[in-house]
Amino acid sequence: QFSHNTITKANQTKQIKEQEETEAKAIQIGSKDRSKKRVEASCFVSMEVGRKMANMLGTDHDLNFKETELCLGLPGGIAVVAAGNETESSSSPKTSGKRGFSETVDLKLNLQSKESTMDLNKNLDDNGSKEKSGSAKDPAKPPAKAQVVGWPPVRSYRKNIMANQKNSSEESGNSGAALVKVSMDGAPYLRKVDLKMYKSYQELSDALAKMFSSFTMGNYGPQGMIDFMNESKLMDLLNSSDYVPSYEDKDGDWMLVGDVPWQ
Amino acid sequence: MSEDDERQQSPPSDLEFVSNKARNCNATGSGSGHPEFQSTYPDQVLENVLENVLHFLTSRRDRNAASLVCKSWYRVEALTRSELFIGNCYAVSPGRATARFTRVKALHLKGKPRFADFNLMPPDWGAHFNPWALAMAKAYPWLEKVHLKRMSVTDDDLATLAELFLGFKELVLVCCDGFGTSGLAIFVSKCRQLKVLDLIESEVSDDETDWISCFPEGESNLESLIFDCVECHINFEALERLVARSPSLKKLKLNRYVSIGQLYRLMVRAPQLTHLGTGSFSPSDIAGQGDQEPDYVAAFAACRSLVCLSGFREIIPDYLPAIYPVCSNLTSLNFSYANITAEQLKPIISKCHKLQTFWVLDSICDEGLQAVAATCKDLRELRVFPVDPREDNDGPVSEVGLQAISEGCRKLQSILYFCQRMTNAAVIAMSKNCPDLVVFRLCIMGRHRPDPVTGEPMDDGFGAIVMNCKKLTRLAVSGLLTDKAFDYIGRHGKLVRTLSVAFAGDSDMALKYVLEGCPQLQKLEIRDSPFGDVALRSGLHHYYNMRFLWMSSCRLTRHGCQEIARAMPRLVVEVIRSADEEEMDDVVGTIYMYRSLEGPRTDAPKFVTIL
Repeated sequence: QFSHNTITKANQTKQIKEQEETEAKAIQIGSKDRSKKRVEASCFVSMEVGRKMANMLGTDHDLNFKETELCLGLPGGIAVVAAGNETESSSSPKTSGKRGFSETVDLKLNLQSKESTMDLNKNLDDNGSKEKSGSAKDPAKPPAKAQVVGWPPVRSYRKNIMANQKNSSEESGNSGAALVKVSMDGAPYLRKVDLKMYKSYQELSDALAKMFSSFTMGNYGPQGMIDFMNESKLMDLLNSSDYVPSYEDKDGDWMLVGDVPWQ
Repeated sequence: MSEDDERQQSPPSDLEFVSNKARNCNATGSGSGHPEFQSTYPDQVLENVLENVLHFLTSRRDRNAASLVCKSWYRVEALTRSELFIGNCYAVSPGRATARFTRVKALHLKGKPRFADFNLMPPDWGAHFNPWALAMAKAYPWLEKVHLKRMSVTDDDLATLAELFLGFKELVLVCCDGFGTSGLAIFVSKCRQLKVLDLIESEVSDDETDWISCFPEGESNLESLIFDCVECHINFEALERLVARSPSLKKLKLNRYVSIGQLYRLMVRAPQLTHLGTGSFSPSDIAGQGDQEPDYVAAFAACRSLVCLSGFREIIPDYLPAIYPVCSNLTSLNFSYANITAEQLKPIISKCHKLQTFWVLDSICDEGLQAVAATCKDLRELRVFPVDPREDNDGPVSEVGLQAISEGCRKLQSILYFCQRMTNAAVIAMSKNCPDLVVFRLCIMGRHRPDPVTGEPMDDGFGAIVMNCKKLTRLAVSGLLTDKAFDYIGRHGKLVRTLSVAFAGDSDMALKYVLEGCPQLQKLEIRDSPFGDVALRSGLHHYYNMRFLWMSSCRLTRHGCQEIARAMPRLVVEVIRSADEEEMDDVVGTIYMYRSLEGPRTDAPKFVTIL
């Protein structure tokens, strides 16, 4: 009887937690969740993977989808990891506050002088990302191109200098598209937007809402799977205050979109 | 020794006495010829002669060989070695080094392994200069020169160098950290004989101390001042005055806080410079509108001895034509922080006929490399760095650029080439066109990328390099590689001393081929490759001949590494844990192992376990 009580309590706690997470969690465009107990990865999640993971989870309805889903997380470039498998990680050290790796950041104002759209097919085909070469080829492992610590082998000294140069050229107004990667928690892939196409934050917000309208968040089906069918729910959520766009600036801080004048 | 033999067979003592005396007189012109001293005298002579001869021996490899001949040679060599090089600061203790070599004037020390540069090692791993500084203060008060690479140096250490070594002349810090501008301030203020202060790619913390002002007044002996890596503002007026009172200054490399206008003022005061780092090479923000721009071209034209040019940290390409006057004399040009296009490069490079060393960004594209190949027939060293060091981009340079370089620059000895795509054909072409290659480092940034034209692994390309480049001593591989590539390396890379491997190979056999096949292998650094304990065991016969072995994210287990540590008592096997690894995990994240006379070091941090 004692054990039954304990289990019920555990369930309750879980449910409360889930609720809290859904409500309070501002699902940023770019994950804000910095839970360190999860090994987080910078990656793309395909729909196929989502389904497979759901199957793996089996019939345990109480399993919080959030716990096991792959999220975009800390800059610091942790290797891609299969869902739930927390011990498997690359030997790369967690960032100890140093955020020199521009290559590992999921959303960063990265400006490129030529357009490059993300090719999802390319990512799906490319299963060459064996960050932890000791691991078997796990079919549930997302085929993402996670940026790996220390690769390519360019000294952080040099990387920082090039990053600084990019930033200052951005300030002096280079021509060309100002392309920015945008990700949304739980979405199977990222998008890129050209900031120069919009004249105000409202325009940007609308465009993002349209872009991500093909997914739905926050309402998990019985198997913990994302319900991709419910577009109107998504639009509501996106336009509500639960979801705010945020970005990571060059200092590595998460900032709310809208504070800095649009120019 | 031959003289000893002679004496044993020599005639009776009275004749011996006479003949010895004669010999002594001939040899030294003095000589009591007293019988009791005769047994030591020839030895003494020999040692004196040896000492004089060995003074001329500069190469440390020759000296190491000489010291092995016999005890006498060992002793004399130790007395005459004035420049001490220690490739791994943990291989020997300061005490042991200073006990053997008593007359050292210059010390060259290396600390952390190279992969530490790429954040593969947590900070505070070690390589502290402090114990060396203190030991040398006692043993070599006449020390003049210290050259450190990848060591941790504190402000106190800098103070020690300046205060305890009265004749100190040269400090070179490459990839070091742990000190700041306040340490520099103390160092330069107290080091009155300073000739060389070179800070290269080091991390210098900004303590907001104006260290440039701390150079003593009066004429300075400065010959070289390199501070391009110092990321803080400097007092320009003080710098200008310093340059003005340094008539021997030949090398000056400024940081990015020096504007082009300020550069002009310095160049005008120091036309004798041979090596110049230009700083930002752009105007400062506060440059007035409508101010007359100085005649930069004239300033460069006045520097008739300039052979080495670098800097361009925040380049405004409009100013590039200023350097035209010096191009034809340049032997070394470093554009590796200048994001310029092929069109911007061409007018410059077409004048650089004497160029031997060229560092550049891939922003110049294959077209820019073709221009280099067309003019720089004397090129010995090329490094092409990526503007955007990420994997998933289209790259501006490719096999086309490499092919062009191989055809135009036949004397090439050293290449470092970052790219997104490469073909076996181009690599094979380079192996045939550039037989003098000593260093071949190719970094195909996408992991496991095959040849995009044939779909094959890159085995044949690298195979050709080791087969055709008979002088090759340093190799870095990349792209999709099977065990076959390593078979080639093991078979043909007989002179290879340094090998870097990442995301390559299929099985333990690959590592086995290399460890069994490359007798000169000294430094082996491997990451993210499927090599396990069996492979590690295959190198037991060789590890004492190596400086170090680094393996991270491979398939090693703790007990496998333990086996090695047990089998080789003079090998220090460090297991380095990243933050989220548990101490007793059997899978090992990183091992770093090196031969050492001292056993486990006492300054290891918590995340290091020595087996």
